[in-house]
Amino acid sequence: MTIEQLEEKSKEIRKDIIEMVYNAKSGHPGGSLSCTDILVAIFHEKMNLNLDNNGNRIDKFILSKGHCAPAYYAVLANKGFIPHEDLKTLRKIDSYLEGHPSNKINGVDASSGSLGQGLSIANGMAIAKKLDNAKGKVYCVLGDGEIQEGQIWEACMTANKYKLDNLIAFLDYNGLQIDGSIKDVKSVDKLKEKFESFGWYVQEIDGHNFEQILNAIDNTNNSQKPNIIIAKTIKGKGISFMENNAGWHGKAPSEEEYNLAMKELSK
Amino acid sequence: MKSTRKAYGEYLLEIGENPNVVVLDADLAAATKTDMFMKKYPNRHIDLGIAEQDLVGTACGLALSGKTVFASTFAMFMAGRAYDQVRNTAAYSHVNVNLCATHAGVMVGEDGPTHQCIEDVALMNVIPTMKVLSPADDISTKKILKVCTHTDGPKYIRLGRSDLDDIYDDSYEFKIGGSNIFGNGTDGTIFAYGSTVSIALNAQKELMEKGINVRVVDLYSIKPIDKDTILKCAKETKKLVSIEDHSIIGGIGSIISNILCEEYPKRLEKIGINDTFGKSGNWKEVYKYFGLTKENIISKF
Repeated sequence: MTIEQLEEKSKEIRKDIIEMVYNAKSGHPGGSLSCTDILVAIFHEKMNLNLDNNGNRIDKFILSKGHCAPAYYAVLANKGFIPHEDLKTLRKIDSYLEGHPSNKINGVDASSGSLGQGLSIANGMAIAKKLDNAKGKVYCVLGDGEIQEGQIWEACMTANKYKLDNLIAFLDYNGLQIDGSIKDVKSVDKLKEKFESFGWYVQEIDGHNFEQILNAIDNTNNSQKPNIIIAKTIKGKGISFMENNAGWHGKAPSEEEYNLAMKELSK
Repeated sequence: MKSTRKAYGEYLLEIGENPNVVVLDADLAAATKTDMFMKKYPNRHIDLGIAEQDLVGTACGLALSGKTVFASTFAMFMAGRAYDQVRNTAAYSHVNVNLCATHAGVMVGEDGPTHQCIEDVALMNVIPTMKVLSPADDISTKKILKVCTHTDGPKYIRLGRSDLDDIYDDSYEFKIGGSNIFGNGTDGTIFAYGSTVSIALNAQKELMEKGINVRVVDLYSIKPIDKDTILKCAKETKKLVSIEDHSIIGGIGSIISNILCEEYPKRLEKIGINDTFGKSGNWKEVYKYFGLTKENIISKF
């Protein structure tokens, strides 16, 4: 896809996200919108979604920040894993689209939602590929607030120990968490130095610039280290009144807000 | 005599030739006995260091990629430290993983209360879809592990530190949801699992000398539990006693009580750790301290 096509795809996904959260009357629009471009780049441009001879997907994906399920489900629907019309059933009692990702859903490689757990799962999958001499990458998307969980740093050491250069983690660095700015709640500052000192290959990019996202993924090919791409993003990206506002972490728009958001995304 | 952890280590060696088998540990390989596998198959032994949450997550990632996975640490750290990971990563994703937790119960002995997990049966039993198994000797450990290896989904296998008497021979069968009955007395039933089975069998012998004929049930499958056998024994025998190296809150005594309460109300005397932490000491002395003895069982009849 061209950059323009990817940007157009992101707009569609963002509309799906707003539609889903509005219908569900709950959910997490802020972080879903901030990681949308990363997910679109991974799924629509980079991932090999075919199965190998053992029935394993060649590339795997873990959404460690599982509360951003709306973005994940929208991308999966766009890739044909789930029927697009099912998206409006998100979080409903008769739906399989749970509030956080479940691996019972076609295309979801592991359940997530309890923060801090996805990177270890991704490591396990990357180690399995090494043991089998299998090709393919394991993608993992982390939240910035999420890395306050200690298990993330346990997993960082593991990835370094096993030289998991087939692992590509993204940090969706939007700077906000439920209780406010990450700086105020508990700073995760000096991210580059932190990850480098844990033995990772670190890149810092604009997480809404497709050229930078795609280049960063390509740059991981020769790193010979576990890879983290620190993607500076905007929480609520694309909807003027949601951008950079921690209040939109886990809140559904009203009818008026919904209409306004859809109008902005149709521009 | 052999500890169930040692039997576990030997089992891993038995199946280790299969290149699909991967064993994980968290800096306790010498204690959990996964070091036997580590020495022979170093490439397929993953040591996560002192990081039990990462242990469970990494084990699940390997299992979700089709590996046959055994992950080990002490029960305290598997069921306690990594509880959320066991619940949300292993069980909720229905991961085919064998969580082999050693050093369960006060049998740990000298290390004392911080390392004596007396809550793991309760914690694991309450997790939806989890299977909980607790072998009582060398042969039952290997047979139960074999069943687990060929059973899909998350499994918690409760293993112990100290040497236990040999109870079983090769003729016994084990299955998920099964149990084994010793004797057919009608004066009472002693329900046990793991380390307390041999204590119950010793009590049974002495009671017999006194003319009291009881049966012993090894409830090695704690979840799913063999409800039919429990009800059958409740109906056929006079007195019911349970004994376990675990808190009486949420342990096998509680599990049996729930079944009796709903289907066949009958009194059950529970022997276990009575809402208190453990104690340092030689494990046999610790067992005596908490009444996990044949004498205590006999006193109930």
